[in-house]
Amino acid sequence: MTATTHDLLGYEDAIARFDPVIGLEVHVELGTRSKMFCPSGTEFGAEPNSLVSPVSLGLPGALPVVNRTAVEYAIRIGLALDCQIAQTCRFARKNYFYPDVPKNFQTSQYDEPIAYDGHLDVELDDGDVFRVEIERAHMEEDAGKNTHVGGRTGRIHGAEYSLVDYNRAGIPLVEIVTRPVVGTGERAPEVARAYVQSLRELFRTLGVSEARMERGNVRADVNVSLRPSPEAPLGTRTETKNVNSFRSVERAVRYEIRRQATILASGGSILQETRHWHEDSGTTSPGRVKSDAEDYRYFPEPDLVPISPSREWVEEIRAGLPERPGARRRRLQEDWGFTDAEMRDAVNAGAAELIEATVAAGAPPAAARKWWLGELLRTANARGVDLGGLGVTPAQIGQLQVLVDSGRINDKLARQVLEGVLAGEGDPEAVVLSRGLEVVSDDAALLEAVDAALASQPDVAEKIRSGRIQAAGAIVGAVMKATRGQADAARVRELVLERVGA
Amino acid sequence: MSDATLTRQTAGDLAALLQAGEVSSVDVTQAHLDRIRDVDGAVHAFLHVSDAEALATARAVDARRATGERLHGLAGVPIAVKDIVVTKGQPTTAGSRILEGWVPPYDATLVERLRAAGLPILGKTNLDEFAMGSSTEHSGYGPTRNPWDLDRIPGGSGGGSAAAVAAYEAPLAIGTDTGGSIRQPAAVTGTVGVKPTYGGVSRYGLIALASSLDQAGPVSRTVLDSALLHEVIGGHDPRDSTSLPEPLPDVVRAAHHGDVAGLRVGVVRELTGDGYQSGVRASFEAAVALLAEAGAEIVDVSCPSFDYALAAYYLILPAEASSNLAKFDGMRFGLRVEPAEGPITAERVMAATRGAGFGDEAKRRIILGTYALSAGYYDAYYGSAQKVRTLIQRDFAAAFAKADVLVSPTAPTTAFRLGEKLADPLAMYLNDVATIPANLAGIPGMSLPSGLSDDGLPVGFQILAPARADDRLYRVGGVLEAALIERWGGPVLSAAPELEVTTR
Repeated sequence: MTATTHDLLGYEDAIARFDPVIGLEVHVELGTRSKMFCPSGTEFGAEPNSLVSPVSLGLPGALPVVNRTAVEYAIRIGLALDCQIAQTCRFARKNYFYPDVPKNFQTSQYDEPIAYDGHLDVELDDGDVFRVEIERAHMEEDAGKNTHVGGRTGRIHGAEYSLVDYNRAGIPLVEIVTRPVVGTGERAPEVARAYVQSLRELFRTLGVSEARMERGNVRADVNVSLRPSPEAPLGTRTETKNVNSFRSVERAVRYEIRRQATILASGGSILQETRHWHEDSGTTSPGRVKSDAEDYRYFPEPDLVPISPSREWVEEIRAGLPERPGARRRRLQEDWGFTDAEMRDAVNAGAAELIEATVAAGAPPAAARKWWLGELLRTANARGVDLGGLGVTPAQIGQLQVLVDSGRINDKLARQVLEGVLAGEGDPEAVVLSRGLEVVSDDAALLEAVDAALASQPDVAEKIRSGRIQAAGAIVGAVMKATRGQADAARVRELVLERVGA
Repeated sequence: MSDATLTRQTAGDLAALLQAGEVSSVDVTQAHLDRIRDVDGAVHAFLHVSDAEALATARAVDARRATGERLHGLAGVPIAVKDIVVTKGQPTTAGSRILEGWVPPYDATLVERLRAAGLPILGKTNLDEFAMGSSTEHSGYGPTRNPWDLDRIPGGSGGGSAAAVAAYEAPLAIGTDTGGSIRQPAAVTGTVGVKPTYGGVSRYGLIALASSLDQAGPVSRTVLDSALLHEVIGGHDPRDSTSLPEPLPDVVRAAHHGDVAGLRVGVVRELTGDGYQSGVRASFEAAVALLAEAGAEIVDVSCPSFDYALAAYYLILPAEASSNLAKFDGMRFGLRVEPAEGPITAERVMAATRGAGFGDEAKRRIILGTYALSAGYYDAYYGSAQKVRTLIQRDFAAAFAKADVLVSPTAPTTAFRLGEKLADPLAMYLNDVATIPANLAGIPGMSLPSGLSDDGLPVGFQILAPARADDRLYRVGGVLEAALIERWGGPVLSAAPELEVTTR
C-alpha cells in the first residue's frame, strides 16, 4: 500500500506540533581493488557473476581473509570523523537467510566497531554549521544484487523468477551510524540531506570511494521519530531503507515527519518498522515490522582473528589525511576573499577545486570564479555535463586570464578564445595565434581604420567636431567592427578625438 | 612384490621402496585400489574411489622419477582423504545428502600440498554427516564398519579414514578433528591419529563444522608415518587467517628421537577412573608404566574445569555449526528440493532442501545452536561456554607447568556395536569426553594404540602437548610405540583378524 500525500498534515503544521529527531545510517562502498575478504575484483558493471571466488560465493570450505586496504580506508573515515579508533575489534556474523547473502550470514562488525564516538560538522544552505554526532563507523561486506524478473513492480512479489549477481557480494562497506540528531527543528530534512552530502564529499576527499550515488556507492537508511516537545523522551522511530539520492533523503525525512505527525495528531501510535522509499510518489510504505524483528544471532566470526591496528599505523594514517572539506573551504574562502554566497555557489557547482587550480595557474580568484561560474558553467549546463567534463583545464583558464591581464586580448576576444579552447583547438595561446585574435596595438593600422570610418560617416565626424563627444562611440564601434574586435577600444577613442581635433 | 605385501607396508617403507626404484607408484597405487575393491564392500570406508585419477598421478610420479627429478619423500605413496575436505574435480559430500552431486571447483590448501608432493589420492572417505558424530553411523550414505569386528563402529566422525588405514586400503589418510574425530577413530581401530595445534594445518577447503575447533591432521598406522604426512600438510597458509605464522616444529625428527628420559609425563586425574572401561584403564596404566621404564617422570595433574568441557563443547559447536551450515540452502550447489505443493519461493525451497538434505543429528545440532545464539540466551549459553573455554585453557596452562606432556585414554571404551548408542545422543557424546578439552584449548593431541582391552579390541592412548609443541607428541608416541612393538613382537594392528575378500 502506497500512501499519497494530500491527506497528510502539512509540513508546517507537523513541525508546529512535534519535534523531529532523525538518525542516519550511511553505507559507503569502499573503492578497494579487491573485496573485503577475498581477492575478487570490484569493477562496476562487469559481466554478472564474473567477479567471484569460492569465498565470495560462500562455497563450502572457503575462508575469509581481511583486506588490509579496506581496514586502512575505514580508519581514514573514522579519523576524518574525529572518532576513536579501536585498539582491537572483531568481526561478527549476522545470520539471516536470503539468496543474495551467499553464506546466509553477513560478516559485519557488531559490538566492536573499528571507529566510534566522533562527529561531523555539516554546513547548511545558509552557511550555518550543524554538528552531527557519530556513534560508530564499522566495516562489513556488501550483499549480491537481486533482479526480479517478470513482475510489474520489479519487486520480488509477483516476479516469475529472480536472478542473483554475486559481483557485489563481498565488496567492502563502511557503515556510519549517527547518534539521534536532535535540535534540528524544521530543518531536519535539510540537515539529513546536507549530512549525506558532506559525507559524500568527505569520502571523495579521503580517496576511499568514488562515492557515486547513481551506482549505489553511497546508500542511506533514514530514521525518523517525533516527540511532542524537545524535552520529551524519544518517540518510536521508523527506518526508511535505501534512500539513495540527496534529494530523496530530504524528501523521505519530510514525508515521514508529515506521515507520523498525521498519525500522532489523530491519537494513533507509530509502529516501529522498516519502510520502503518510493522515489516516484515521494512516499514510504511499510516493510518489516521491527518488534518481531529478526533475531540475527550475532556471534564473533571464528574464521577471523581480531583486528588490532597498531597506534603507529593509526598515527601514520592520521598524518596522511588530506585537509577536511569544511576546513579547506573556510581556508580557501578567506584566501580568495569570496562572500559566503559566492563560496557556496562555487562549491555547489563543483568548482572549488577548479578555481583553486586556476588561481594556482596565475589567475586572480575573482576572475577564476567569473570564468568557471559564468561562461563555463553555462556551457556545461547546455551540454549536460559537469564542469570537469568540459575538457577545459584550469591551466588553460589561468593562461586565458593572463592574456587578458597583459592586454594582449580584451574581454570580448577572450570569449572567442575560450570558444576555440572549448572547441578543442588547443591552449588559449594557440587559439589566439590560429584565429588571429590579438589586440591591434599598432597606431598606424588603427589610424587607417579611424580615418576610413570618419570618411564614411562625415555627419558623425562633424558632430564630434562641434563638441558632441559622445558621438565618438559610433566611430569607435565602426573601427572595432572593421578590426574584428581586435582593437583596444580606449585607444581607438583617443585616436578618434585626436583626429577630429576635438 | 605382491599386492598383499605392498598394502602392509608403512608409508615410510613405501617411500623408501619407491625412492630406491624397487616398486613403482603405479604398482603401489594399484595394490591399494585392488585392496579397496576386495574389502571395502564390507568395510565401506570410501564414499568415492578415484581409480583413474590416482593412477594418473602415480604414472606422472613414476615418469618424473624416471627422469631423475628430485621428488618429495612421499611422492607416489597413495592417500585417502576424508570427504569433508574439498577436492577439485572429485565429489565432496561431507557425508551429507545435501551435498550429493557437488563437485568442488577448487582444492583445499592441504589437498594442493598433497598434489604438489605427488601423493595419489585414492578417494574420499566416509564420515558422520558434517563430522557430527562418534561412530560414522550418522553418515548420509550408510555407516563404515570397524575392520576389527564388522559389527562394531569404527569411531567418528572420521571412521572412514581410520578404517581405510586399519583395513590396509590406504597407508595414509587425512582426518579432521573438532572434538576427537581423528583421535577417537584411531583409538577404536588400532591406528595412529594426530590433531595438530589449532592453526597448524590450514583450514582452507575444510567444510566447516565448528570453525574455532576444527583441525585437519594425519591418520596412519605408525607414529613416523603421521609425522611424515603432518610435514606435508602443515605450515602457514595466507588463505586461513587463523593459520599460525611460525613454521611447524620438526615432527619427523621428533618421531625418530627415541628418548623420553627426564621428560615429565602428566596423568590427567579427571580423564581416568570412573566411566572408563576396566580393560581400557589396564591398557592405559601399562602404557604409562612403559613410559616410566623408558625414563619418563610420571606426575599427577588435575584439570578440574574439564568436568564442564563436554557441556561447553555442545554449546560452542552447535552454535558455530548452525551458522556454518546455513549456506546449504539449495541455491548455489548440491541438493535442491522444491516443495511438493504451494508456491516455489526462495524461502520455501531453502526449507524443503534443508528438510530433505540434512540428517537427524545435523538437524539436532542446528536447532541447538540456533537456540543457543538467540537474543536473550546468548550470554547464558554461548557466553558461558566461552568462559568455560578460558578456564580449560588455564587448567592446561597450569598442568603444562608441571608436565611436558599430558596423557589419558583416548576414549572411555573400545569400539561399541553399531546401533548401540544411536538412540541415546548423550551416551554418544560421552565418547569424546577425553578428546574435547584439546579442541577447546587449541592444543595438539595424538592417539596411538596402547594394546588390547580384555574384549580383544584395541585401546587408544592419548598424548597432549602445549600449543605449537606438536613435536613432543611424536617424541613420546615414538618411544611408546617402539616399546609396545618390542613387547608384542609387532604392531597392535597385526592382532586384527583378516578381512574376508568380497570384491565389491
